[in-house]
This record gives sequence, C-alpha cells and structure tokens, in this order.
Amino acid sequence: MKPLRNIWQWLDDRTGISKTVIPIMRHPVPPNIGWWYVFGSATLIAFIIQIVTGIALALMYVPSASQAYDSLKFITESAPLGHFLRGMHDFGASAMMLLIGIHALRVFVMAAYKYPREVSWLTGVGLLAFTIVMAFTGQLLRWDQNAVWSIVVAAEQAARLPFIGEWLGRFILAGNTVGGATLSRFFALHVFFVPALIYAFVGFHLYLVIRNGISEPPKAGRPVNPKTYRAWYESLLKRYGRPFWPYAAWRDIVFGVSVILIIVILAIIVGPPELGKPPDPSIVEAYPRPDWYFLWIFALFALIPAGLESYFIIFGPILVGVILILLPFIANRGERSPLRRPWAIGIVLIIVLMVGTLWIEGKRVPWSPDFNAKPLPIQVIGATSGPIYRGAQLFHVKGCEFCHAIGDYGGHRGPALTDVGDRLTPDEMTWRILNGGTNMPAFGGNLTPEELNSLVAFLQSRKAL
Amino acid sequence: MGTDDRSDGFSRRRFLERLSIGLSGIAAAIIGIPVVGFLLSPLFEKVPEVWRPVGSVDSFRVGTTTAVIFKNASPLPWAGVTANSAAWLRRESEQSFVAFSINCTHLGCPVRWLPDANLFMCPCHGGVYYEDGEVAAGPPPRPLPRYSVRVRNGQVEILASPIPLTTTKWL
Repeated sequence: MKPLRNIWQWLDDRTGISKTVIPIMRHPVPPNIGWWYVFGSATLIAFIIQIVTGIALALMYVPSASQAYDSLKFITESAPLGHFLRGMHDFGASAMMLLIGIHALRVFVMAAYKYPREVSWLTGVGLLAFTIVMAFTGQLLRWDQNAVWSIVVAAEQAARLPFIGEWLGRFILAGNTVGGATLSRFFALHVFFVPALIYAFVGFHLYLVIRNGISEPPKAGRPVNPKTYRAWYESLLKRYGRPFWPYAAWRDIVFGVSVILIIVILAIIVGPPELGKPPDPSIVEAYPRPDWYFLWIFALFALIPAGLESYFIIFGPILVGVILILLPFIANRGERSPLRRPWAIGIVLIIVLMVGTLWIEGKRVPWSPDFNAKPLPIQVIGATSGPIYRGAQLFHVKGCEFCHAIGDYGGHRGPALTDVGDRLTPDEMTWRILNGGTNMPAFGGNLTPEELNSLVAFLQSRKAL
Repeated sequence: MGTDDRSDGFSRRRFLERLSIGLSGIAAAIIGIPVVGFLLSPLFEKVPEVWRPVGSVDSFRVGTTTAVIFKNASPLPWAGVTANSAAWLRRESEQSFVAFSINCTHLGCPVRWLPDANLFMCPCHGGVYYEDGEVAAGPPPRPLPRYSVRVRNGQVEILASPIPLTTTKWL
C-alpha cells in the first residue's frame, strides 16, 4: 500500500485536491436537517443516470429522420441490454421531472428562496425550464408517429404568438414541414446544447449552496431580516453546525441510492415505452398523446374556452416565468415557516389539485371522440329487427356513438344518452339531430327521413328501467 | 515598462482592458454569427411549392373523400418516410376536386374522415369538421385549410406546400 500512498501524496501536493474538497465536504450545516432536504441531490442523481444511459444509447442511436426509428427498434428489441438502458433512460426522465418538481415545491413551502438565496432560486428556475425542455425533446427523439405529431403541435402552439408566431413555428419544424432537418435539430438540442446549460447551472447552483449555506429548517416566529440574517446564520453554524459529511450527506445517499434502485427495478419490470407507428406524417390513423408529465397541459388545451386559447398559449408560460423570477424579489424577507404563510400553502394546494385533476382528465380524454367505440350488442339494443334495431346500427355507423355513451359503450365527448328517452320528446330529438347544437355537428344533410325516424325510435327506447 | 503608477499608466491600463474585451467580443461574433445563421437559414429559404401527382382522375369517385399521399415540396435525401405528406381529396363533381389539409386548425393533429358520418374528426381535442371543411364542433378556430388541386393529363395534382400553421390575428 505504501507506493499507492506515495502516489496519492504526490498528486495531492501538486493539485491540492484534499485542501479544496475536504473543507467543502465538511462544511457545517444547520442542525436537524431532515428528509425534506434530499430532493435536490436526488434530482442531480437522476440527471447523472440520464447522462450515463443517454451516452450509452447514443452509441447506437442514429439521429437521422429515415433511420432513427429503426435504430431505436433495434436498440429495444435486439441489442443486448438495449431494452434495459432505454427503460432506465425513460424512468430516469420521469424521476428527474418528479424530483425537480418536489424539490421546487419544498423550497417554496419552506421559503428557502428568501435572502440571501435568491440566486439559488433563480438558477433553480432555469434548471426547471431546461429539464422540461429535455423531457420534451427526449420524447421527440423516440421519432415515432407520436413524436412527429408532438412537433407539429408544438409548432402550432408557437405559431399563436403575436408577430413572430409563424416564424417560430417554422423554426421548430426546421422548415416548412416535418422532415429530414427536424430530428437533427432536436437531437443536437437534447444531447449537446441543453445538457451544457444544465452543467453550467448545476455548477452555479451548487456553488451557491456552499457560499450561502443550506437554509435552516424554518421556525414560526423567526422571520428573515436581511440586515441581521448572515450574522445570525454564522452564529447558528458556530454553535450548532455539524459537518455536511457525513451527518447530512448520509440521507442524500440513502435516498439517492433508493431512487436508483427503483429506476432499475422499473426498467427491468416495466421496460421502456413502446414505440408507436413509424414517423410517417401521411399515416392519418394517429392518437397523438404527450408523455405523462405533459398530459395535464394537453388536457388544459382541450378544456379552456376556445376563444381564450391563444391567450393561454402565449401569456400562460410568460406569466408563470415572470412570477417565478419575481418571487424572491417580492418576498425576500419575513416569515419562512409554512405555518405563517397560509397563502403559500394555498397556492401549492391549488397547483397540485389543478394539475392532478387535469392529469386525470388527460388520461380519460372525455373530449375526444372514441374512434374505437364498439357497435352496441343486442342485449343493450333490446331488438333484433325493426326501427329500433336499425336506429341502433345507425347510432354506431353515423358516428353518434363516438361522442355519446349508451350504458358502458361509446365516447364521452357529448352527454350520455343511456336514458335520453326520459328527457327529450321525439320532436326535440329530431330538431337536435338535424340542426346540431353546442359542440354537436348538424346531421341534417346526412340522414334520410327514414333513417332519422329509426334513429329517433332507437333513442326514444332509451329509458331508465 | 510596465509601471502603472504614473498618470499615463491609467490610460495604458484602460487601453489594454478595452483592447482585450473588444478583441474577445469580435472573436465571439466571428464564431457565433455563422452558427446562428446556419440555425436560422431554413427560415430564409424561398417557400417551395411543387405540383405532385396523387392518382388518376378515374380512381376517385364523385362524392367521395379519400386520403392521398405525396412527397412534400422539399424532401431532403435522408428524410425517409418523413418526406411524406397527406391530404384529404374530395371529388365534388366530374371536373372539380378539393384537397383539405389533414392538419386540424386547432393544434395540427391529423383529422380523420369518417365516410358514414360525413365528418372529419380530430383525435386530439375533439375538433369536428363538415365535408366542406367548415367547423362543425370543438375547438378549431377556422375551417380546414385547402391545398390547390389541378388535373393534368388525366392525373390529379396537389400543390405540395408548407404545413398550414394557425396564427393569431392581432388587431
């Protein structure tokens, strides 16, 4: 062991590694730092998983519009460990999104963004934005049908911006249509440009943790006063501070390793997301859906009133960005304890409830016609011939069932018609079918009088038992 | 040489600072401008429009709407299947054809023609259009855009053009 020790001593003398690293590792942190402080480091660990598995996938992925899909198919189905590595990268992405979200909410609830840690918050806002960009661009690199339509949807959203919209939309497409240039752009963004920004911001974010120290757990009745805070914090560390390594670090490591294990287990058991159809924009049979972390935005765009949509698309992200950036300047002093900041708790609850509800709706997609609605079975129709039977056939064929449910069958875009016979007279039904209504097409030009009578007969037979 | 304690030392120091900062700025511009130009170049290309044949006139029955596939106007050699575009072609009479964009005017998802219902429906947010492309229901802000169509030598041709993006009318 002696030669090894000699080499280390030589290296340490010439580089000063231990003189730099040991004080950082053993910098004092406030006492009683519990499990709430592990989410930042866990986000970093998820990011490191993404770097490692991402580099591994890049060894085989071909970022070409014509070959990316096939290379990914090969990675998933044929390459040794390819299935597992894609699973790791996918669940690593989900973990990173989830953990950075929890970390941000934790920092907000405990008001750790107040003096003197405003810039930590700002760099964190940057990292949150970059992580979202990584999640979106990563989903596109799957380069299946869903990816192609996601890009079109992104371009359409950008096109709603005033003045530069059209220009920005074309910029996202890298041309006038999705094509050869589109994928390479997003590949470069996902593997070079945004990761470089994340490295820089993570470095700065961590440097600020060392410079300003970890925020002490908040206590009601102990407000932050910028005039005295630094001196007070210093004395707190002098009297009660404990070295970060290992008294705080052990929790980060226990939690971080658990995160890694969970990702590994999910990658083995669940595996990577299935590739959709090939990225051919001429295949019109498509159900474009974003990955889970964007599903609530997808739902939002379906549910906001159509007239307000452009304003949401344009001002929504700007407003969120401005609020996040202004937060540490508006409220950089005062109480930090959530017990004394009911508004903060209320805001977090509203955000969680709103996103949660939208997310569930995004899973159900009640606003989408159900193209796969099965024809009604005989026991539901209650007839095997005659107008009621013919009406039931028309109910399916004419697309009524895509939007209206009868019992457990059909879509949920429009009201369920399970017992519509109790609600509407034949005249009311006829009028509504011919003329349409709020969000219902008029079928006047598409039904013969005989067909219309059958349809109404069928609907009249829908009564509660 | 190199003494900064006289009155001209101050101006010498300022000169060297400005020289270094200025040169660095020029270097950054020399490296950066071509990259930005490269990135933005697709935006300044002429909007390409090419007539693409999509089938013989006889292959479309009057009163029907069919999906037709054609190469987009400026396919790159490595584009593969992404060079494909599609349109809904409707033969209105012996002589007249209409070609609708498959992109919903809401957020661009591909609308689907349901021949029995006589409607286009969008799978994303529930947009519905009539056979003439007018909005029947849902969030789309305007009718389905149309491509130019013509008949040449018994072939139906569509003018392959950029994906229609719905922009907001301001003012």
